[in-house]
Amino acid sequence: MELKRPSDHIDAEAEDITQPRLGPVGYLRYFWRQLTSMRTALLLLLLLALAAVPGSLVPQTTSDPNGVIQFQQRDPETFRVLDALGLFTTFGTPWFSAIYLLLFISLVGCVIPRTKHHFDALRARPPKTPARLQRLVGFISTPTKADAGVAIDQAASLLRRQGYRIERYPSTGSGQAASLSVSAERGYLRETGNLVFHTALVGMLITVGIGGGFGYTGQRVIVQDEPFTNVLSGYDAINKGRFFSESALEPYSLRLDEFEGHYELDASTGAWHPTDYEATVSTREPGEDWTTGTIKVNSPLTIGGTDVYLLGNGYAPVITVRDPDGTAVFSGTVPFLPLDGNLTSRGVVKVPDGLDEQVAFQGFFYPDPLALEDGTFTSFSPTDHGESLVTLFVYAGDLGLDEGVGVNAYALNTDGLRQLAGGDADAPALQLSEGETVNLPDGLGSIEYEGLRRFISVDIHHDPTPGWALLFAVLILGGLLVSLFVPRRRVWVKAVGGRLEYAGLARGEDPTLEAAVADLARRHRALLGDPET
Amino acid sequence: MTETLAAYSLVAVYSAIAVYAIAFVVFVLDLAQRASVAQSAAVASPSAPAKRAYQGSTLVAEKPPVATEPAARTRYQRVAFVLTVLAWIIHVGAVALRAIAAGRVPWANLFEFTMTATAIIVGVFVLVQVWRDLRFLGAYVTGIVVLLASLATANFYVDVSPLPPPLQSAWLGIHVLVAMLATGFFAIGGGLSIVQLLQARREAGKAEGLRMLRAFPGSEALEVIANRLIIVGFALWTFTLIAGAIWAERAWGRYWGWDTKEVWTFIIWVVFAGYVHARATRGWRGSRSAWLAIVGFGAVIFNFTVVNLFFAGLHAYSGLK
Repeated sequence: MELKRPSDHIDAEAEDITQPRLGPVGYLRYFWRQLTSMRTALLLLLLLALAAVPGSLVPQTTSDPNGVIQFQQRDPETFRVLDALGLFTTFGTPWFSAIYLLLFISLVGCVIPRTKHHFDALRARPPKTPARLQRLVGFISTPTKADAGVAIDQAASLLRRQGYRIERYPSTGSGQAASLSVSAERGYLRETGNLVFHTALVGMLITVGIGGGFGYTGQRVIVQDEPFTNVLSGYDAINKGRFFSESALEPYSLRLDEFEGHYELDASTGAWHPTDYEATVSTREPGEDWTTGTIKVNSPLTIGGTDVYLLGNGYAPVITVRDPDGTAVFSGTVPFLPLDGNLTSRGVVKVPDGLDEQVAFQGFFYPDPLALEDGTFTSFSPTDHGESLVTLFVYAGDLGLDEGVGVNAYALNTDGLRQLAGGDADAPALQLSEGETVNLPDGLGSIEYEGLRRFISVDIHHDPTPGWALLFAVLILGGLLVSLFVPRRRVWVKAVGGRLEYAGLARGEDPTLEAAVADLARRHRALLGDPET
Repeated sequence: MTETLAAYSLVAVYSAIAVYAIAFVVFVLDLAQRASVAQSAAVASPSAPAKRAYQGSTLVAEKPPVATEPAARTRYQRVAFVLTVLAWIIHVGAVALRAIAAGRVPWANLFEFTMTATAIIVGVFVLVQVWRDLRFLGAYVTGIVVLLASLATANFYVDVSPLPPPLQSAWLGIHVLVAMLATGFFAIGGGLSIVQLLQARREAGKAEGLRMLRAFPGSEALEVIANRLIIVGFALWTFTLIAGAIWAERAWGRYWGWDTKEVWTFIIWVVFAGYVHARATRGWRGSRSAWLAIVGFGAVIFNFTVVNLFFAGLHAYSGLK
């Protein structure tokens, strides 16, 4: 207990003083007081800043899932330790949540009594004029020729025009010459702003925490002319909020009609800089006709309660594989995922049925192929001029598609497969220009590169909260500005014994109070016709 | 045309750095001179330090002997400040030329961003003199700017390139400009807080070597000025955060996703929120809140150097490979 006493405190007969025993309620009250104190709030704030740091040092599952996987592959030992601490989901861990929840409880515990106090203050009259103004900020005392009543009336109206709430008080002293004074207070808005700011923070937390649970985010690769329908099975991947239900999906259709990428050549480096991506799409809401729209990077398409964002794009060659009799056993568009800025892309074709054994193709797509000296290719630009090239390795064996386990359509596990063409195989890798057909090794059949389509990858996002979040953000900013920059102050003008006294009192940070009092005195004296001092 | 303008812009950048460097040297000479003048004054009245030491251990603190000597602007300081303004004009010219060359805002990669941000830091420093005489921060400001601008020019220079699609938004102008303005205010506030800490040590009689501080405002006055500037920075930073969230909602489909840059923007915001609260907490005014201001500005610098260069994330617009 001694530590809590002021340093100038002198203990007297300590044994006589018995601390009241705290019952359970007493302890609760004690902890509540500790929690809602400014010092605790400050420590929690600093702890929150500190706790957020690991979230930037370690990849997060939410923002960088690939980074997490790479981390695990690179250093499984460290991964296990960090994962146990929850560092890959820092912002959802119990310890991070504990800090911000305690902070917000502390905040609520602070805001509620302050709100009540502020309501009372709003209805209260400015306080009585202190008997002695000399010790207050900006004290000025000057002689006046004006009548005390007139002077105080003038001061009152002057203060009212400056936005003060005023109250006149008659003589406070005794024996001395009677004094007349006006007490004025302004800047209630400062506290209002402060309370709005803190309440809006709570609103923001609720919006993000609860409102966000009703949303979902899905990813999908959409190939030109192959419509997507907004149903759960239509997504390649989807993250659902806690309170998501499938009925939230409105089954609209979305079709990519055309995609254009515009590029500019940087003459000094030979690199192509993208300047614009534009996807022209057709959409159809249930029971309506197709309408056209566009999606750009900074301009999503809004449809059926969702926003559709353009994330990536690439080429999808149309590939047909035939058996030796010429019967098509695979035919479709195959999105090749871009590897670099010139859209050199990698793709996989899997043909599980129809041929003598299961066959897979893995290879590259070059929109603007350029042969290198070592026989490989690169892409000179990201634009297709009708000369695009597909090169493929061919594998045969069990593709692992029959085990009922989900398999990534864009990747091929070549373990246990026989390589028939390319690499160390006898036959060279297949090379197909658009429109070409080549025979497969071992008389398996043939493959044709029929045509070329574009694809886009999109994020489809439903979130009921942005409107609310924006509202609270505006309240946060507005409340903050008001609470930081509106001064709250009290000012008094007193007429006593042929002199006028002026003084002020700051309530909170108020570096301009002294100047404000001096300015008031100057204006007031000008009104009264007193000479400049 | 673009190349020519960009080349002129680069020449102007080099010139500005050179003039800033000269200004820095003159500011440092000014500080050195102040230290020696104060020293001879102290020798002339040997009782002063002894008396202070005596007070420190026994009596309740009297008003510390601050600003007893007039904070006269020495010739060195006048020259250094004029040089700073001159360098700043060249610097702004360089940024403007770069903007004209590119035909867009001059902050689309790390080099351009550093150039514009440093111009804004100096701009805040120059313009704030109208309100308060803070020329004594000249060595600090020109030092930081010479360092950042030359590092960026030497290591991060890239040719003018068109705006990539993700940056094609009006928010690039608003969000980043306000972030740089906030940085300017935090920079001056951080500098004032450093001086405040030194001044507080000197006032407590612990740092007799810091005699050059005698002509500077007292630690409490410094704290008040720093606070005014930092709360402006804090309000601007709050706006940066909100504007960034609105843009992220348009561009990435979520307004908040704990991307590394978002994390650091949040950390900086929370630290300065802590600073604002510290000013209202008993025992945290004075030196402790000054430390928070310095840590906050340190986090800003960290965010705009280390996070930009070494942390993976969506805000990867440095323009470097």
